[in-house]
Amino acid sequence: MPERISRDDVAHVARLARLSLTDAELDLFTGQLAAVLEHAADVDALEDGDIPEMTHPFPLHNVLRDDVVGACVDRDEVLAQAPLAEEGRFRVPPILGEEP
Amino acid sequence: MSVTDDSVLVTSPTTGAVWEVVIGLEVHAELHTATKLFCACPNSFGDEPNTNVCPVCLGLPGSLPVLNRRAVELAMRLGRALGCTVNDSTFARKNYFYPDMPKDYQVSQYDEPVNTDGVLELPDGSRVGIERAHMEEDTGKNTHAGGGGRIHDADYSLIDYNRAGVPLVEIVGRPDIRSAEQAKAYVEELRGVLLATGASDAKMEEGSLRVDANVSVRPAGSTELGTRCEIKNLNSLRSLGRAIDYEARRQIDLLESGERIRQETRHWDEEGGRTRPGRSKEEAEDYRYFQEPDLVPLEPDADWLAAVDASLPALPAQRRARLAAAAGVAPGDVALHVARGLDGLALAAIEAGGDPSRVLNHVEHNLAVEGAEALDPTHLAELVRLEADGALTATQAKTVLANMVGSGRSPGDIAAERGFEAMDTGALEAAVDELIAAKPDEWAEFCGDDERKRGKLTGFFVGQVMKATKGQADGKAVTALLDARRDAARG
Repeated sequence: MPERISRDDVAHVARLARLSLTDAELDLFTGQLAAVLEHAADVDALEDGDIPEMTHPFPLHNVLRDDVVGACVDRDEVLAQAPLAEEGRFRVPPILGEEP
Repeated sequence: MSVTDDSVLVTSPTTGAVWEVVIGLEVHAELHTATKLFCACPNSFGDEPNTNVCPVCLGLPGSLPVLNRRAVELAMRLGRALGCTVNDSTFARKNYFYPDMPKDYQVSQYDEPVNTDGVLELPDGSRVGIERAHMEEDTGKNTHAGGGGRIHDADYSLIDYNRAGVPLVEIVGRPDIRSAEQAKAYVEELRGVLLATGASDAKMEEGSLRVDANVSVRPAGSTELGTRCEIKNLNSLRSLGRAIDYEARRQIDLLESGERIRQETRHWDEEGGRTRPGRSKEEAEDYRYFQEPDLVPLEPDADWLAAVDASLPALPAQRRARLAAAAGVAPGDVALHVARGLDGLALAAIEAGGDPSRVLNHVEHNLAVEGAEALDPTHLAELVRLEADGALTATQAKTVLANMVGSGRSPGDIAAERGFEAMDTGALEAAVDELIAAKPDEWAEFCGDDERKRGKLTGFFVGQVMKATKGQADGKAVTALLDARRDAARG
């Protein structure tokens, strides 16, 4: 099996997803993800003739709603779910770094 | 796309080298809808924090987004107004960890945007390419609390999600802009198109119109793009202009001292009058865009596109061209009339027979927008006719115009009521001769060879005649009469 994904790639993606993986897990997931990508490569290699590319498994487009205001949820109920709230806002640790 | 005019090149005061500044703008505009992009929460500015939220915009598990038809229509209308191709399009997830989006991703159009390849023509005739204008959702609003409220020394942050999910259109302009002035003109023109199409209320002060500027410099004549910096935190047109000028200067100084430009995001500091590097991210940008599985493709059919085209109003550039043609001037000369929305009044007054240059002058200088829109254009035409005929002086015409606004009365009625009637020539001559007789010393000086004294005394004599006639005399007629009397006296 050619190398579809490197151990470093997996470590990078795990870091982006804020996942902390052990060395053993890195090895395990690198192998598993490579198998998934290998399968995708097999499908990609098929002669698919004129089958159009799909972005979605459903034959649907233009699912739209009218621009009409509906009900919102109660603020107190929402804020009660959060670990911390203050002045009607969610309170979070200080934000480091730039806004994306 | 635009041809560089030498006048916008920057000559370095230290080395004498000539540089060209290259600017591309990214403009975010909130679409003027009743609800958010993917849920039925109100799209409303200034409400109590976290009152316009629901499971969809809070990213709660099991909730599903459904696209707002009106937002799509407004985005397509803007696209058509900018001459873009309207494409079949899809939505993607831009993944990042930042608490302004509770989902940890922002839904945006990425590789298949709704509008591509347009152009915006500015009042001076220059054209700026539009790469794309795509839909995306806005993020929540952070307040940095404690530690002086600044981002880098805040103790904690407070988040309001009312804005999260509000529909935006991001208009990505091509790097066709060459000066701060042109950048400001581009934003003003784009704002005019957003307002005309009803796509956005485009208020920079409320954040419904936001501008980021990509700035680079290169030696004049070079066709390669230099390394650019992206400038954020531009809250007004003035800031935009100042930031571009500062940033171009900074980059030229660096290059001339043998240093390199680092590609980075910089923030405009309005008080300090400078750009500053942002705090660098721990990770390089890697948003791992992928198709949003909860939304299906958008494929507007020909009927829908035709309806969008039919709904397009006259755009600022078209309105300028029309008024300019009627008045016999250049489109750039009527940019203010159009920007203030008074071009319809000016056009109708000219079509009703009003002298074009007098009409344009009154509309530009002597009318406030409020109230002027309701003015009867035939009254404006009549006013400039009275003025052109000499029945009203310029000063009297201004007074009459001010009284026309809001009253609906005709200029003739107002002039008669105020006693603004044309002085007959005999009465004016008598007033002038009387004054000459009463001021022999001044008159002798006026008739002398000292041009400077004569200039000063013209003002004196005109003022005296105005006083004697209680403002009914026409200043120009008085000056002409004084000159005629002087010529006669000098033989």
